[in-house]
Amino acid sequence: MTTGAASADGIQGGRAHRGPDLFQWLCRAGAVASVAVLGWILWEVFQQARPALEELGLGFLTGANWQPNRDRYGVLPFLVGTTATALIALLIAFPPGLAIAIFLSEDFLPRPARQFVRFVVELLASIPSVIYGLWGIFVVIPLVQSLGTWVSERFGHIPLLSGPAYGNSLLTAGLVLALMVLPTITAISRSALVAVPQTLREGAYALGATRWEAILGVIIPTAAPGIVAATILALGRAMGETMAVAMLIGNSSRLSWSLFAPSGTLASLLANQFGEASGMQIAALMYAALVLVALTLLVNFAGEAVLRYTERRTAGIR
Amino acid sequence: MVPLMRQTLLPFAALAAGLWPCVAAAQQLSGAGATFPAPLYQRWAVEYNRQVPAIRVNYQSVGSGAGVKNFLQGVVDFGASDAAMTDAEMAKSPRGAVLVPATAGSVVLAYNLDGVPALKLTRTALAGIYLGTVKRWNDPAIAAANPDTALPDLAINVAYRSDGSGTTFVFTQHLAAISPEFDDEVGFDKSVVFPVGIGGKGNEGVTALVKQSRGTIGYVEFGYAEQNGLPVASLENKSGNFVAPTPESGAAALASVELPDNLRVWPVDPADPGAYPITTFSWLLLYQKYDDPAKRQALKDFVTYGLTEGQSYAIELGYIPLPESVVARANAALATIE
Repeated sequence: MTTGAASADGIQGGRAHRGPDLFQWLCRAGAVASVAVLGWILWEVFQQARPALEELGLGFLTGANWQPNRDRYGVLPFLVGTTATALIALLIAFPPGLAIAIFLSEDFLPRPARQFVRFVVELLASIPSVIYGLWGIFVVIPLVQSLGTWVSERFGHIPLLSGPAYGNSLLTAGLVLALMVLPTITAISRSALVAVPQTLREGAYALGATRWEAILGVIIPTAAPGIVAATILALGRAMGETMAVAMLIGNSSRLSWSLFAPSGTLASLLANQFGEASGMQIAALMYAALVLVALTLLVNFAGEAVLRYTERRTAGIR
Repeated sequence: MVPLMRQTLLPFAALAAGLWPCVAAAQQLSGAGATFPAPLYQRWAVEYNRQVPAIRVNYQSVGSGAGVKNFLQGVVDFGASDAAMTDAEMAKSPRGAVLVPATAGSVVLAYNLDGVPALKLTRTALAGIYLGTVKRWNDPAIAAANPDTALPDLAINVAYRSDGSGTTFVFTQHLAAISPEFDDEVGFDKSVVFPVGIGGKGNEGVTALVKQSRGTIGYVEFGYAEQNGLPVASLENKSGNFVAPTPESGAAALASVELPDNLRVWPVDPADPGAYPITTFSWLLLYQKYDDPAKRQALKDFVTYGLTEGQSYAIELGYIPLPESVVARANAALATIE
């Protein structure tokens, strides 16, 4: 909407303004349409989920059994799988993602070299997810399987690391997801870091700060809202990713503590079962879709809250 | 960039423009459904179009369930399903439904175990593997039937289909028939929950899981195991013989069942001593009534072609040609369409 107002001003500079502002109306229609489509999708999903909502209620969220042929639907294993893979991905991707962003926003390298590295990292975002899935099958799965067997033989008494280790597991999905969300974290954090005013850096150096102190004490706190936003977007992407996860996670609906056990996510459940579903199973899958949407919304709200908080905390620096 | 795009796009535009009149003149038949027979149906479409250029058949492999859905919504001219249609579904079809068995195939157990080129699985061993009670390859339940083979002391990694599929339906239906315990604990359907193992998406997903790690066993359609050069297990049938999946043993299974009036039957546990135990028909779903006589005739001609000449492509693509008796019944069903 702000762009609309700005362009309208620009046009007025040249010629007299006549009649209704068509551009503004177009923008308004576009904005309304996108909200309306979202509402329509939610309504449609809700309608289809209704039989399951009425019959299963909240027990759907706590039930650990998903057996379509027995008409038993509990989504807990998939809820756990979705949250766990997304968190693993974020834990692994955040530190290097932020480090790359810092590296690319400071003058460690000459500009052309930085541009090149940036291009390569952002290229990761444009690789189709099925390719990540294939790469995961041929590279990550054998790695996780051999590593997992080794680890579970020695540390199997810890539930998180217990065996038997499968290649198609929670950890495999988390690792590949980490690579997939890395460009999101890097690109958005980098923009936020670049946007930190040059005067702030110069001020920090002038006060005798080392580069390390300037980065940790001034630049990162100033860019914090942008970095938080990047993390939220990455989390959203990790939770919604379907294809690569369906190829790697092992698609099991059994609950397990182990990182090396097969699991399932809400998105992969939908992708796997929707094509052949009928009757109550469709309603239950739609209910699962609603849960996934709710989960994403929750993450966005939480992110928004953290964003506001960091903005307030760091307002003094800006 | 722009000149490049022009160069690449122009031929496509020309091609599209050139094809347009010819597409409009042809009689189009659209079908959708099961992925299992898709390679065969698509082959029929190509070969038949070569003989009769005026008829174009477009078959989309969207899955049996989606095929039935599309058929009931009336958005296709014919559907296809490995699980046929239930009576309730058939009753919902506004223009009636005729089930025509069009091809058949076996579900095989492919495994990855170097040094074991041939493997025999008893009924108890097979059910045990998928129930998680038979955990290692050298388990006595497996070893007893393979006295001459050195089976490794290795964990069995079980692979199954994670997506809903006709293959799972046929496989679990057989397991439920031979093992009351399996019937009780897992049951049968297009998607079930096995107590062990990992899921791969589609036949290709399960094939990949089996190929990838030593000690894995998974159920796939015969054609996939064959194309990927995976060894498959011989299974114990009702008569106690160990039978390898071949076109002959599959045909024996098909011939052992009597087709009912609606032509919907599964050789769940065939009694013939030479029959491979897990074999299924795959059906074309046709409407009882077609309003457009030209379309009706084109469809009948195409299906007749598939039931006769089309059967000769079955073996090379990993399917089982239908027995004569079944073809006769299928043709009779086809004749009832108005």
